[in-house]
Amino acid sequence: MVSEEDVTYVADLAHLELTAEERARMLKDLNSILAYVERLSQLDTTNVEPMAQVASRYAVAKDATAGKAFAYAMRADELRPSLPHDEAMSNAPQTDGTFFKVPKVIER
Amino acid sequence: MNVEMLTVDAARTAVLEKQTTATELVDAFYRKIEAEDPAIGAYLTLCKERAHRQAVRVDALADKGDALPPLAGVPVAIKDVLTTKGVRTTAGSKILGNFIAPYDATAVARLEAAGAIVLGKTNCDEFAMGSSNENSGFHLVKNPRDHSRVPGGSSGGSAAVVAAGTAVASLGSDTGGSIRQPAAFCGVVGLKPTYGRVSRYGLIAFASSLDHVGPFGKTVKDVALILEHLAGRDPMDSTSANLPVPDYAAAIGQPVKGLHIGVPKEYFGEGLDSEVRAAVEAGIQELAKAGCEIVEVSLPHTQYAIPTYYLIATAEASSNLARFDGVRYGMRAREGKTLTEMYRKTRDAGFGTEVKRRIMLGTYALSAGYYDAYYLKAQKVRSLLARDFDEAFTKVDAIVTPTTPTPAFKLGEKADDPLAMYLADIFTVTANLVGVPGITVPCGKSKEGLPIGMQILGRHFDEAVVLKVAHVVEHALAGAPIQAGS
Repeated sequence: MVSEEDVTYVADLAHLELTAEERARMLKDLNSILAYVERLSQLDTTNVEPMAQVASRYAVAKDATAGKAFAYAMRADELRPSLPHDEAMSNAPQTDGTFFKVPKVIER
Repeated sequence: MNVEMLTVDAARTAVLEKQTTATELVDAFYRKIEAEDPAIGAYLTLCKERAHRQAVRVDALADKGDALPPLAGVPVAIKDVLTTKGVRTTAGSKILGNFIAPYDATAVARLEAAGAIVLGKTNCDEFAMGSSNENSGFHLVKNPRDHSRVPGGSSGGSAAVVAAGTAVASLGSDTGGSIRQPAAFCGVVGLKPTYGRVSRYGLIAFASSLDHVGPFGKTVKDVALILEHLAGRDPMDSTSANLPVPDYAAAIGQPVKGLHIGVPKEYFGEGLDSEVRAAVEAGIQELAKAGCEIVEVSLPHTQYAIPTYYLIATAEASSNLARFDGVRYGMRAREGKTLTEMYRKTRDAGFGTEVKRRIMLGTYALSAGYYDAYYLKAQKVRSLLARDFDEAFTKVDAIVTPTTPTPAFKLGEKADDPLAMYLADIFTVTANLVGVPGITVPCGKSKEGLPIGMQILGRHFDEAVVLKVAHVVEHALAGAPIQAGS
């Protein structure tokens, strides 16, 4: 099912650099897990709504749409203090004091 | 004072009645941790300065004769996926090996506001991914009941400290069973509340629609006492429910006569270990003796829960773990000459095998061409599982199951077979997918002396029923609270 190219493609998407040994292992593991999850296709879900969130079922009104369901979580759009800049930078691997410093981006 | 026997109630009473000071208590626990934890490995970081400061605060109030906050002086431990301001917080991963959290998780802040004392951060599977604590980026945790066996995971450290008596209570997180399974393996009580009952602010996210914060304790009452302080709406977590918090401790000891208890046939099938079956059936008999009506129910989509879980959880994880890229915090690989190289080398060096495996699976399930067949399909099956529970709860008030298919397995036994490890979560994942509360309570031991846990699931926000049913089982089968170290 999953090929070596798939593993390389997915690793690229996930920004993971796998060794050759990790790649081989990953191929085997992914295939065994995907073979197992294949059983979901036994179920007819034609008219079933996808459930992304448990919390959307806690809406005050059962038929409340996403916007209303979390209405209680909204607050006025006012500026409030958030994490101070120096605390936000305190774990930075590299910084010039204002920004996070990173190696240059190279166009592919 | 034999600190390993202390419950939350006993500890706070001892401080309240001046049998001990908070400072003496903290010192006693650190002596015990230093002597015994190296053999267990439950702690990653001790926060002695913070603990002593809090103890001094509590003792100052006690000296003045002022009213003490409700958990004053109770020493607790916090799973290292929850942030503690100014204290190293690693999520069990080398990629955060040097990360000092800039803010407290709400759950931690609430416990400290109630007077509890944080002794340290407990070991766990990396980013809460695992069922044995063998995926910790640092070191193993041994089951205090049998050092050749796993404590369970991913909150192995938090379960172990309560079992070993190196903390009175602890916090863990549960995404697929990570509180309930280690609690069952270690012979303690563990609760996964309803999704949204406890704020996730400050919980390093694994799978945001499945993650829950919850307590471990020696007794059901201890867990109820901690839950009272954790629960409640938090403006910092928009998925935390805007619902009042009942007096959970008061629910315990209330009569259960007339409650309908569901026994789902899919959880008691062929593959169940015979000793686990016997122990759980003994628990069910105690509920019948107490006047509950035992009803057979069906949760027909149970066999689809694990594949559903492993698609949704890994997909959400692949998104949540994208932030660990060496830019703003944590480990950064210095050899990366371009930004992309830096991301990749950092993540390669910082993440362990299981984390990489799950990121890969999740990324695959979300990728173009596979999203519908995997992630979307899993979300639809999730709805079917939710309907199973809605249907069952029209007939019963609580559902009882084994917590785990077997008692604690040996260290290394499942480490090479990821699928075998995943299947161990079979009884716990549905409660995460559907969001219902679930508790595990010790209900017996195997011939080899290994703890066995019984799980009680309830309706959303019905922790009171779950707690009072659990207490009946605990009272009948355990008598006194579990003795640490036995």
